[in-house]
Amino acid sequence: MPEKIITDSINQEYKYGFVTDIEQEKIPPGLNEDVVKLISKKKNEPEWLCEWRLKAYRHWLKMVEPDWAKVNYPKIDFNEISYFAAPKKKLNSLDEVDSEILDTYNKLGIPLQEQKMLAGVAVDAVFDSVSVATTFKDDLFKQGIIFCSFSEAVQDHPELIKKYLGTVVPITDNFYAALNSAVFSDGSFCYIPKGVKCPMELSTYFRINASNTGQFERTLLVADEGAYVSYLEGCTAPQRDENQLHAAVVELIAMENAQIKYSTVQNWYPGDKNGKGGIYNFVTKRGICKGDNSKISWTQVETGSAITWKYPSCILKGNNSIGEFYSVALTNNRQQADTGTKMIHIGKHTKSTIISKGISAGFGQQTYRGEVRINKNADNARNYSQCDSILIGDKCGAHTFPYIDVRNTTAQMEHEATTSNIGEDQLFYCNQRGISTEDAIAMIVNGFCKEVFKELPMEFAVEAQKLLEISLEGSVG
Amino acid sequence: MLNIKNLHASIEEKKILKGINLIVNPGELHVIMGPNGAGKSTLASVLTGKDKFNIDNGEILFDGQIINELPPEERACKGMFMSFQYPIAIPGVNNMYFLKEALNSQKKYRGETQLDSIDFLGEMKTKLKYVGLEESFIHRPVNDGFSGGEKKRNEILQMITLEPKLSILDETDSGLDIDALKIISEGINNFRNKDRSFILITHYQRMLDYLKPDFVHVMIQGEIVKSGDKSLALELENKGYSWILNEKVETSQS
Repeated sequence: MPEKIITDSINQEYKYGFVTDIEQEKIPPGLNEDVVKLISKKKNEPEWLCEWRLKAYRHWLKMVEPDWAKVNYPKIDFNEISYFAAPKKKLNSLDEVDSEILDTYNKLGIPLQEQKMLAGVAVDAVFDSVSVATTFKDDLFKQGIIFCSFSEAVQDHPELIKKYLGTVVPITDNFYAALNSAVFSDGSFCYIPKGVKCPMELSTYFRINASNTGQFERTLLVADEGAYVSYLEGCTAPQRDENQLHAAVVELIAMENAQIKYSTVQNWYPGDKNGKGGIYNFVTKRGICKGDNSKISWTQVETGSAITWKYPSCILKGNNSIGEFYSVALTNNRQQADTGTKMIHIGKHTKSTIISKGISAGFGQQTYRGEVRINKNADNARNYSQCDSILIGDKCGAHTFPYIDVRNTTAQMEHEATTSNIGEDQLFYCNQRGISTEDAIAMIVNGFCKEVFKELPMEFAVEAQKLLEISLEGSVG
Repeated sequence: MLNIKNLHASIEEKKILKGINLIVNPGELHVIMGPNGAGKSTLASVLTGKDKFNIDNGEILFDGQIINELPPEERACKGMFMSFQYPIAIPGVNNMYFLKEALNSQKKYRGETQLDSIDFLGEMKTKLKYVGLEESFIHRPVNDGFSGGEKKRNEILQMITLEPKLSILDETDSGLDIDALKIISEGINNFRNKDRSFILITHYQRMLDYLKPDFVHVMIQGEIVKSGDKSLALELENKGYSWILNEKVETSQS
C-alpha cells in the first residue's frame, strides 16, 4: 500500500499549470546593452536609472555564475531568455484589467475584483513583468503609505527610489542580483511613513505566464521611524516543459523602532515527476535593521520550484535590533532546494532567531545553509538557531551547513539541529486509531511545521497547510 | 464479536501463527499468556491489520464480517483498538489534537456527528481522572518524552475515549509499578460492560488480581494449546509453561 501512495503522490498534478492567452509585448530573446536600454526606455525611466542598470549589466558580464549551492541543473543560456514581456494594452484602473487576466487570478483564488471587500488585503499583482493593478492604493495613500508597482514609483517618487534602491543589495552583490539590477521589469514598492502602522496586510501575487521569459522583479520596502508593515508574497506559474528563470531582488529597510514582517508562500511550478520543467528560483532577499530597536522578520513557506536558491537575510545594524527567519521548505519528486539565511550582527545587543524546517520526500534534495556572523563591535549579541529536517521515504536527502563566525566574546550562540523520518510504525499507530495514512502524514508534517506556521498571518497559515498537504499527498513509503 | 478461524500468518516466509481458533463474545475478557516468541504480539498485529504480516490461511471475522483485507484504519473505525506494547512517539503533534483527530475520523466513518474542540476538551477532563492524569498531560506531544507508565496510561486514555467494541491490550501491565497497575486496571474495569470485549496479552497473572477474566488461553509456538479460567493463569505462574508442553506431547502421543 505505501508504494501505491507514493505513486499517487508523484502523479499529483500541478493545480496552477494553466496558461493565460493574452496579447503580449515581448522583447526577442538575448541580452546586451541595447536590451537594457530598451527596457529602461519602455518604462520611461530617468537617465540615472538607465545608467544604474547599465552599470549593473557591465558588472554582471564580469561575474561567474555561482556553483557553490548544492543543486544540479544544466547551464542556463542567458541569451535564450526574453527579458521583457507585458500585456499590450495600457491600464489605468482595475476596471480596465483584461478579463482573461482577471480570470487567471480567479483560478488562483484571488479575485482582484473582490479583493476590496475581502479581509482588507491590498494586492499589487505582478503578472509577468508589469504590475497589472494595485488595489487599495488610494485608501493607503490617505495615511501617507505608498504602495504601488515599482514602475509607478519610479515615475511618481523618483527621489525615494534613488535614495534607497540598491542600498541593501548592491548591484555588485551576486550574479543574479546584478542580472536583476540590469533587467528588472517591475515589482512592488512600499513606503510607510514615520509612526504609521499599516492598517492592512499588503500583498503581492506573482505569476509567470509568458514562456521563455525570465521574471526579474524588484521589491523595495521602506518602513520609516516607528512604522509597522506586514507584507505577503505569493507565487505560482503555469506548467511548461522548459525551465523558467526567476531572479528577484527584495530589499527591506527598517528605520529606528520600525518593524517589517515579510511572509512568502512560494508555489512555483516544481517540474514534473522526472524533473522536466519547473521554475529556477534564484532570489536575493535581504533586509537591513538600520535604526535602533528595529525588527525584520522573514517567514517563508517554499513548496514549489524545480530549484530554490534563496537566503532571506538580515543586517542588524541598529542597536537592539532583531532579525528573525522562519522557514518551511518542502522538496518532493526531483525538486532541489538550497535555502537558509544570513544574520549579520553589527549593532550592540542585537538578537536573531532562525527556525528552519525542511521536509524531503520522493527524490527531493534539501539543504539548509545559514550564516550567523557576530561582528567585533556587536556586544552582547544573541542568536538562536534551530534546523530540523524530516525525511519521508528513503530516496530523499537533507543536508545542513550552518556557518558561525563570532568575533566578539560576549556573544551567546545556540544551535540545535534534528533529523527524523516519518516511520511506518508512526503511521500504523495513527492508522490503528482510525486516522488514514494521508491524514496522518498531514498531521505529523503540520506538527513539525507548527512553530513556523504560527508566524504566518491567519489566511496564509491556512493556505500554507493546504499547500503542504497537496504537495505531500501520500508520499510515504 | 470476534471469530478467528484457523488463522495462519507469517512474516517474510517465517510462519508465526499456525492455526489460531478463538471466539470472543460481547462482554468477555480473554487472557492470552505464553512464553516469549509464542506469537502473541503477532496475533495482535495481524488482528489490527499491520501490513508487514501475511495471512496465509484462515479468517478473521469481526462483527460477522471477514476483515482479512480491511486496512487498519477501517478496522479501528469499526471498533477495534489495540493498546500498544511500545506506544509510538509523534513529536510535534499535541496529544489532545491527535486523540480528537482519531475520534473524529472514527465518527466520520460511522456517519456520526464530530466533536468540536470545546466539547472534546470537556470530555477529556472527565476521562483523564479515570487514568489518574493531569490536564497538562494532553497538551504534550504524543508519547514524546513520556515515562513508561505515562505511555501505558495514555493508551488506556485513548481506549476509554475511542470506546472500542474490542480492545486488544498488548502487555499493558509490563513496566508498571503497583500503583499504576491498580489505576490502569480500575480504568479498564470502569470501562467494561456487557457489550465491550477485551483480549489481554500478558506474561503475568498480577493484573488478573484486578481484572476478572472469563477465559485464559495459553499460546505456544503459534497455537493456542490450552484454555481455562483464571485458575490456569495461577497455575502457569507457579509451574511455568513446560508442563503444558509435556501434556501436549502426551496428548498427541495417546
